Order: sequence, then structure tokens, then C-alpha cells
Amino acid sequence: MVPLSYYLVLSGILFACGVAGFLIKRNIITIFMSIELMLNGVNLSFVAFAAHWHALAGQVFVFFVMVVAAAEAAVGLAIIIAVYRTRETLNVDQVNLLKL
Amino acid sequence: MNESLNLWLIPVLPLAGAAINGFFGKKSSRTAVSVIALTFCGAAFAWALWVASQFSSLSQIPHQEYLAHWIRAGSLAADFAFYLDQLSLVMLLVVTGVGFLIHIYSVGYMWDDPGYYRFFSYLNLFMFFMLTLVLANNYLLMFIGWEGVGLASYLLIGFWFTKDSAASAGKKAFIVNRVGDFGFLIGLFLLIQHFGTLNFAQVFDKIRPIAPETAGAGLLTAIGILLMVGACGKSAQIPLYVWLPDAMEGPTPVSALIHAATMVTAGVYMVARSHVIFERAPIALTVVAIIGTLTALFAATIGITQADIKKVLAYSTVSQLGYMFMACGVGAFSAGIFHLMTHAFFKGLLFLAAGSVIHAVGGEQDMRKMGGLRTYIPWTFMTMGIATLAIAGIPPLAGFWSKDEILWKAYQANWIYWLIGLITAFITSFYMFRLLFMTFFGDYRGQEVDAHGHAHATHGHDDHGHGEPHESPAVMLVPLMILAVLSFVGGWVGYGDHFGHFLAPVFGSGQATEAANQASSYTEYLLMGVSVLVAVLGAFLAWLLYVSKPFLPRMIAEALGGFYQAVLNKYYVDELYAKVFVKPLVDGSTSILWQGVDRKVIDDSINDAADGAQHVSDNVRHMQSGNLRSYAGWIAAGAAVVIAYMIWLGVGR
Amino acid sequence: MSVHLVLFLAFAAIALAGAINLLAQTHPINSALSLITVMAALAGEYLLLGAEFVAAVQVIVYAGAVMVLFVFVIMLLNAGVEERTRGSRVAIFLGVPGTLLGSVLVAWILLRHSGTEQVAAGAWTDTLAQAPAQAVPGSPQTIGPLLFHEFLLPFEITSILILIAIMGAVVLASKPPSAPVPPKED
Repeated sequence: MVPLSYYLVLSGILFACGVAGFLIKRNIITIFMSIELMLNGVNLSFVAFAAHWHALAGQVFVFFVMVVAAAEAAVGLAIIIAVYRTRETLNVDQVNLLKL
Repeated sequence: MNESLNLWLIPVLPLAGAAINGFFGKKSSRTAVSVIALTFCGAAFAWALWVASQFSSLSQIPHQEYLAHWIRAGSLAADFAFYLDQLSLVMLLVVTGVGFLIHIYSVGYMWDDPGYYRFFSYLNLFMFFMLTLVLANNYLLMFIGWEGVGLASYLLIGFWFTKDSAASAGKKAFIVNRVGDFGFLIGLFLLIQHFGTLNFAQVFDKIRPIAPETAGAGLLTAIGILLMVGACGKSAQIPLYVWLPDAMEGPTPVSALIHAATMVTAGVYMVARSHVIFERAPIALTVVAIIGTLTALFAATIGITQADIKKVLAYSTVSQLGYMFMACGVGAFSAGIFHLMTHAFFKGLLFLAAGSVIHAVGGEQDMRKMGGLRTYIPWTFMTMGIATLAIAGIPPLAGFWSKDEILWKAYQANWIYWLIGLITAFITSFYMFRLLFMTFFGDYRGQEVDAHGHAHATHGHDDHGHGEPHESPAVMLVPLMILAVLSFVGGWVGYGDHFGHFLAPVFGSGQATEAANQASSYTEYLLMGVSVLVAVLGAFLAWLLYVSKPFLPRMIAEALGGFYQAVLNKYYVDELYAKVFVKPLVDGSTSILWQGVDRKVIDDSINDAADGAQHVSDNVRHMQSGNLRSYAGWIAAGAAVVIAYMIWLGVGR
Repeated sequence: MSVHLVLFLAFAAIALAGAINLLAQTHPINSALSLITVMAALAGEYLLLGAEFVAAVQVIVYAGAVMVLFVFVIMLLNAGVEERTRGSRVAIFLGVPGTLLGSVLVAWILLRHSGTEQVAAGAWTDTLAQAPAQAVPGSPQTIGPLLFHEFLLPFEITSILILIAIMGAVVLASKPPSAPVPPKED
């Protein structure tokens, strides 16, 4: 059997990649996708723990995470469209009107 | 104490009058204000008379009445309670009686002043505090009255506060008083520390068994001297007398009431009340006597040279107060109080009459511009003449009895006191008759009073179409006449030492005994004759210099040259104080307290705090860059910190 | 070297490759396709862990709906290769070390406890009695009752959440009534 820690390491690496993408990338859509990557990493760890401890609640939770991620993606992309309409750019460095 | 005389009414009635006039007086008519003020003050006087009538039927003297609980701190208990014995009864009658007469006078004097209601409010307030002082049964309540009369004095001296000199004079009075109060307070602290109470009855009961400190200075000497410091401030003795001449900036009724009859006598009253302490501290008593004697002489010499009519009277007051302290200092407390009473009559009369004179000549106070007024203002002249005779000590007027009593007791203590007192009596007679002659005799030297009646003073003055000096209205003359009668007959209570007998239960065994009195009555009559002779000589000299040969004063002044200048300038004492005390204090205050502490420490610390906040926020605001990625960076870093902390927590366990 | 391990490593490799490719690509559409690969690999992982239902939902909802949405938006906005702009110093100098630190700490914790885990023996704790005995844990027959009994409230709330999200997306993305304001270049 695959030890739990392997799954957790994979989950951690995916999460770290998501964070890195969030920090490095300039396109807002790519940043969003990094967020989705983070969520996926977390989902993996949930399922791994659920399998390890024989608790189905973990899998149910993953289900809910996906639902929420879907909702969030919908609204977030709508916002991106709205921002694109006004700022005509997808570069996150140029959407800085809140600068002091 | 089952019978209650409701003593509390006596101070509280004027307080009510002060409050009503203070709050509602501005919108009320002058008549209303006068009625309120006179009614409440008169009611206090009437009540005092009633109390006097009931006095002999009191079951216990001293009679105490408790009004309200005030301070209970450990063993120290000071309450709003009143103390009535012969001494406070005398003071009570003097204060309310003379005060009431002066209230009546002020109705006429201040009629045209725009601050009419304020004047009467302050005057009633003063009566409240003075009566509290006189009737208090403990030092703390007396101190409230003490401070309160200082406050009222400040308000009234600076009544015309738009005038710089008046405002400064008010300040000076208050501050110099404060210096004295500091000594008074330390004396009170010593009393609390060693006897645990400030209540008169209890404190004196505790002190009575203590043996007199003849061996040297001890606790009671210290307390006595400190109390005397307070009395010096309030009663204008050396070295704290400098405020009284400046206090003449206030309206004349104020000078009459506060700076002649009542407030300045508070010091004498306090010393007399504390006689138990002083009798057991001979050194302190000697200090009192010396200060009183020196002040009497010192002030009298200055009074010779002054040209302002009120200043002459001011220095005269200082000098007469010196007599009172001299009396107390030789142990003759009842003689001091006797002189206090007669002095209230004739000095009050002198001031009121001087006010009448000033009113007559349209505000002029310089005697060199007066003269020959006795034809214009005969009533004022007559009353002032009576007062002058009284103060000079001509029998059978009041001043003779009281002053002679003092000189006799002083002689019994030490002939030097008597000699200086005699010289002072001579000078007193001289300058008072000088005042009388310069003002009322000779030719009128003043300019014509113009249609508006103002020469240089700013007090209100009714318009008269003609330009001649004119007599005062009846409302001002009647108090003058009453006081004149009192100045005439007021001393007769001293005949046969009745007054002393009356006060004997208070002052007890500190007096010279009857036997000693009778044994040397021959000497007493001799001394009486000497003092009368001296008074007449003074009057004669004044007549010589100011009526028959008016060119002489100028010649004498020039002959004396620098010495005369020094006396004229009050021996430059004010300048000395300014240089030694005032200037260093003001400079130190400016440089250390203002620039150093207030600006640098307090203001700068607040400014630096504000600047600091600004700097910090200047630097922190860069965090809000509007850049999504930097926010993400901060979040990641923060998350790492939190994870590290949680791991550290978990691992450390 | 069991089959499980081999399969795990294979799927893991694909997932990691996809993740790194997401970071490396410049065009967002390439990143999107990489993400789809990651999700597919993860679906395989879920199957390895016995979570059939979750794996199916992952493919249908996540890869099939959410990522399609992403791709639609990329095409709609005609996103191009992202240009290089001056980034944020904070992100690079504070964020990356922070991430590294966090990862290192987590890895350290995991490795401290590795080798000690035991697969808990015995029945799955929260399956219901009415589930068929031979059903694989993680199948719809077992997840379903759980979803509709213990987790009914979150289920209903998430449905409302989706409703709100739909309305929000519609409102936000609808065309504004007037012409857009041109951006101010600073």
C-alpha cells in the first residue's frame, strides 16, 4: 500500500505550485487557475486522509469543496470580465487604482 | 447645646444676596439690585443684633452650633460649625454693622457705574466669607473664610479690570496674600500633626497644659510664627504690606470695607483667637510685637509724603494695624481688639468721607489739587474732622481710648514699644491733620469740574451742570454721620476697662491684673497726658506747614533731598521686591517652566508622538500598493509565520 | 513494488508535470490545458484511494465544467501571451521565501511522522446501515445517504450558494448600459 505521507507530499507540492503561480504569474486568469490548483491539492489530501482513517466525511467534504470552487470560479471569472471591460487589460500589475 | 441661634443664617444671608445679584442682577434694575443687596446684608446685621441680645442668656459660652458634617479623616474632624464667644460677637457686630453702613453708602457712590450689580454681588460675597471667618469653630473653616475674603478682595480691587493698574493691583493683592497663606497653612499642618485636630475648643484644650516655651524656640513658637506670617499677609504688616497701597485702585467703598474695617483685621482676629498658642510661645509673641511696632512707624513715615488722599489713608491703615499687632504682641489682646473696633469706625469713616470728597471734586484724588473744600462740602468736612480727631487720639473720641490702652500696655511691657508708639502717634496726628488741612482749608486748587464730572478717575459720576465741588447725596451722607457718632462714642466702652472685662472670659489670665493697673494709675494718667500732648503737637505742626506757611513743605523736602525722595517712593520696597523676587521668578518661569517644560517636554512630546505616527504610517502605507501580487506575497509570508508558530507550539509540547 | 505504488507514481508524475507546466507556460490557454491534465491525474489518484464518486465528480464538474468555463473566458477575452511588466518586489522577495519556508516546515512535520502511520483496520466509521455491505466505500451508494442525512444542511446551502453565484456572474458579466471608461495609464 502506498503510505499516507506520499499522498500528502504530492498534495503539498501541488499546493506549493499553486502558491508560486499565484505569486509569479501576471495574467489574472492564470492566477485564478493557480488557485484552482491549490484547491485540488487540498482535495487530494482530504481524500487521502479519508482513506487512511476510514472516514467518509472527507470525501463528502471534497464534494463540497468542488461545489464551492465552481461557484467561486463562476463569480471570479465574471469579475474578471467586468474588470477587463473597464481596464482593457488582463495584467494584474496594471489594475492598481487602489494604490495609495 | 439645645438652644440654637441659627448662627448659620448670618453668613448665608449675604451669600444668598450675592447669588441672586450675581445671576439675575444683570437684567434687573438698579433699584432691585440695591434692594436685594441691602436687604440681605441688613438681615444679617439684624440677626447679629438679635444674637447679641440673646448672648447673655446663653447657657454655655463659648456657644457652638453645628451645621453640617464636612471632613472626617482619621482623627481630624472639621465641620461646618460655628463658635460664638465674646470675641466673635464683637467681630460679628463690627463686620455686619460697618458692612451694612458701607452697603448703603455704595448705593450712592456706585450708582452710575455700569457694573453696579456685579459690585453688590461681590460685596455680599465678601460679607459671606468674612462672617464665615469670624464665626468658624475650626481653623479650616476659618481658612476658607480667609481665602474667600482674599478672593473677594481681588475681585473688588480689580473691579475696573479694564484698567491695567487695577488688574495688576488685584493680582498683587492676591499673590502677596498667598505668600502669607502659605505660612498659615504650614502652621495648620503642624497643628494637625501634633494635636490631631483643628477645632478651636479641642486644640486649645490640648495646648493649655503645655508649659510656656521660655527656654527657647519650640513647636508652639514655630506655629505661632507661621500663623503670624499668615497674619502679615492678610493684615498688611512688614514684609507683606505692599499690596495694600496698590489696593486703593478699587472703588472707595471697597477700601473702606475691606481694607480698613474688616478684611485686614482678620489677621488681628486670628492672632487674638490663637492667643492660647501665643501666650505659651514668648518668642513668637515678641516677633509679633516687633513686627507690629516697626510697621506702625514705617508706614506712618511714608504716609507723611503721599499726595494721593487714598494712599495716605492706606498707609495709615497699615500703621494702625501695626498698633493692633503691637498690642497683641505684648499680651494685651483685648486692647488690640478694642482698637480694631474703634479703627473700623474712624477709618471706615475716613475712607467713606474721602470717597465723598473724591465724588465732590469729580474724581480727583490728588490732594494738591484740592483745598478749601469745607465751604463746598460742609457735612463731609465735619464728619471727616471728627474721624481725624478720633484717629489722632484726641479725647473723648474713640481713638484716644483704644490707642491709649495700647500705649499703656506697651509701656508696661517695654518702654521702647511705648516710645515708638508715641512717635508714631505724633506722626499719625501730623499726617492726618495734613490731609484735613490740604483738602479742606486754603484755596481750591483744582481745575473746574467739567460738565461730565470726570477729572481722571474712571468711576461713575453723576452729571451736574455746574462745575463746582458739590456735596454728596443723602444716601452717602447718612452712613458718614452714623459712623461719626460711633467714632465719637465708640470708645466709651473702654472706660474703666469695661471692654477688657467683657473680653476677659476669652483672654483669661494673660492680661495684666487689676491690682497692677490700679497701683500705677498715676503713671497711666501721666502717659495719657503725654500722648494727648503729642497728638496736639502733631496737629499744630500740620497747621503750621499747610495752613499758615504753605511754602514750608517744599523747602523742607528740598532740604532733605535724597532722604525725602526715598520716603516719597516708599523706601523703594516695591522695586526691591520686583528685583529680588518677582523678576527671578518670572524669568525662571519663562525659561524653565514655559520654554523648558511646557514647550519642550509637554508640547514636543505630543508633537513628536504625532510626527511619529505620521512617519510610521508614511512607511506603512507602501504596503497598500494596489498590486495584487504584493498582497499575495504578504499573505504567503504571513501564512508561513503562522505555520511556523503552530508547529513550534506543537513541537514544544 | 505493488501495482498501487506504480500507478500512484505515474499519476503523480503526470500531475506534477502539469503543475509545473502551468507555471512555465506564458499563454493562459496552455496553462489551462495543463490544469486539465492535473485534474485528470488527480481523478486517477482518487480512484486509487477508493473514492469513485469523488473521482467522477472531479472529472465531470471540475475538469468538465469549471475548466471549460476558464477556457471560454480565455477565448472571450482574447487573452494573449502575458507581457512582462514590472512585478512586485514584495511578491518575489517575501512571498517566495515564505512559500518555501511553509513548504519546508510542512514537509518536515510530515517526515517526522512518516513511517508511523497505520491504516486503520475495521469498518468505515460513518457508513450507514442501509448501505449494501458489498459496496465499495466511496461509491455513490455510501456517499449518497451520508450526503442526504448528516450533510443535508450543507448540501442545501451549497445549492443556494450556486444559485447566488449564477445570479452574481450574470449580473457582473452583463454588458454595462453605457460605454466603458477607458483606463487611465499611469
